[in-house]
Amino acid sequence: MDSGTENLNTVSSPKWLEPIARLGSFSRQFVADIGHVGIFTKDTIVWMFRPPYKINAAIEQMVEVGVMSFPVVAFTAIFSGMVIALQTYNGFVRFGAESMVGTVVALTLTRELGPVLTGLIVAGRAGSAMTASLGTMRVTEQIDALYTLAANPIKYLVVPRVIAGVIMLPVLAIISDIIGIYGGYVVAVLMLDSNPVTYMERSFNIMENVDLFSGLAKAAVFGFIISIIGCYFGFFTEGGAEGVGKATTRSVVVAFLLIFVTNYIMTAVFFR
Amino acid sequence: MIFIENLYKAFGDKKVLQGANLHCPRGESTVIIGGSGTGKSVLIKHIIGLLEPDSGRAVVDGKVVSELNEHDLNELRKKFGMLFQGAALFDSLTVGENVGFALTEQSVMPRPKIKDRVLECLDMVGMPDIYDLMPDELSGGMRKRVGLARAIAMKPEIILFDEPTTGLDPVMADVINDLIIKTTKALKVTSVTITHDMVSANRIADKIAMLYKGKIIAYGTPDEVMFHQTDPVVKKFVEIGRIIRQTEAVQGRGNNI
Repeated sequence: MDSGTENLNTVSSPKWLEPIARLGSFSRQFVADIGHVGIFTKDTIVWMFRPPYKINAAIEQMVEVGVMSFPVVAFTAIFSGMVIALQTYNGFVRFGAESMVGTVVALTLTRELGPVLTGLIVAGRAGSAMTASLGTMRVTEQIDALYTLAANPIKYLVVPRVIAGVIMLPVLAIISDIIGIYGGYVVAVLMLDSNPVTYMERSFNIMENVDLFSGLAKAAVFGFIISIIGCYFGFFTEGGAEGVGKATTRSVVVAFLLIFVTNYIMTAVFFR
Repeated sequence: MIFIENLYKAFGDKKVLQGANLHCPRGESTVIIGGSGTGKSVLIKHIIGLLEPDSGRAVVDGKVVSELNEHDLNELRKKFGMLFQGAALFDSLTVGENVGFALTEQSVMPRPKIKDRVLECLDMVGMPDIYDLMPDELSGGMRKRVGLARAIAMKPEIILFDEPTTGLDPVMADVINDLIIKTTKALKVTSVTITHDMVSANRIADKIAMLYKGKIIAYGTPDEVMFHQTDPVVKKFVEIGRIIRQTEAVQGRGNNI
């Protein structure tokens, strides 16, 4: 290999440096992606407030995100509530605190599991559907067609989905809270012979507004993240049908990770 | 009318356009021919602002497309109709809603009139009875025809055709060619078509341009491109067109199209 500066760019790096080169390239791509998502989010917010408003499209998406996700959310919530009651009872009975089961179930669900589990389910169900649908539209040139018909695809496709996510996630979360608490009640009262009145009192007396509202705020933020990420990966899909599949997987993984990270940050902010 | 000036475009390491120059005269049908992957679609997408050039420019009616702001670009796009390769019909809308999409969204006329206009366009492409069907109920040829109806619904001044006959059987391809001629002549529009189908190019072109390795390497009337080119790449590519033209000349119908 010649020495000399003109060859700096063409010199292949030694094998042992390859992981570092790859890390560098990954980091650069990662930063670029964050920038793109940022611009995409800004455009979405700007178009959200520009008339004419696509109310019907938003309602259609609310049905897709909210109503269609309800059965899975309800199923997950009732079993989560039941298992928390069972686990907590078995633990607390060792030091005679089994009367606190209701409190633990209610707080766990409203603060954490209601919004997080709902977020994960909706990301898997509706977020992936958003990516698949927009990705298909991208690879079949329907998004380009919207541009050529002087219609902005962000306004037509992305804004209704983001509105649906932000509104429906808190609704699903609150339903999930109620069903989960009921699941806990069923296990504690019917199977473990807890006193129903004490259980309900303990569930709600200790609860503060912040417990419920922090959970709902989290759900709204998760709804925003799921729909933005779902739409972003779909909107910029490349590579035909295979590309749609890859984009869908990637969007679900990224949405999951962001939900976990955001959940921690928001918890730290609310309950410091 | 439409000028492409020294257009360069690369995707990553792949250089697609490398100094393409082209003039598409007003009221004429310009056909850009070239093999698969030579950047024909990329070229046409610059004309309507779907892609931004790395350097060079596309000029439409004296306006540099890549320098327009969002509002002006939308206004410019209202002059265009575009037929996409796979027709790009919106899956979730009926045929009628697809054709009337721009009319409805831009509120250019009251709703009953929109329906009349949509039916008129569907009639022009020979598909009057499919107003309420969904795109997935249509065959490839029908989709193209609906795509064409959507492209002409706003009475555009310029229509772009992206591989209009690709994937169709020869009979349906001929139907589409006829429709392109009929609609463009009837509406007196400027059209730009990209294709590798020499039969189609021969039928619809007033001017033919050949794109090769990111540049236009031949330009002229069909006769000029098919009979008076010395470049072996061009000669090879237009061979079938030349044979068709000679046959038509013998049969005396070459200029009747």
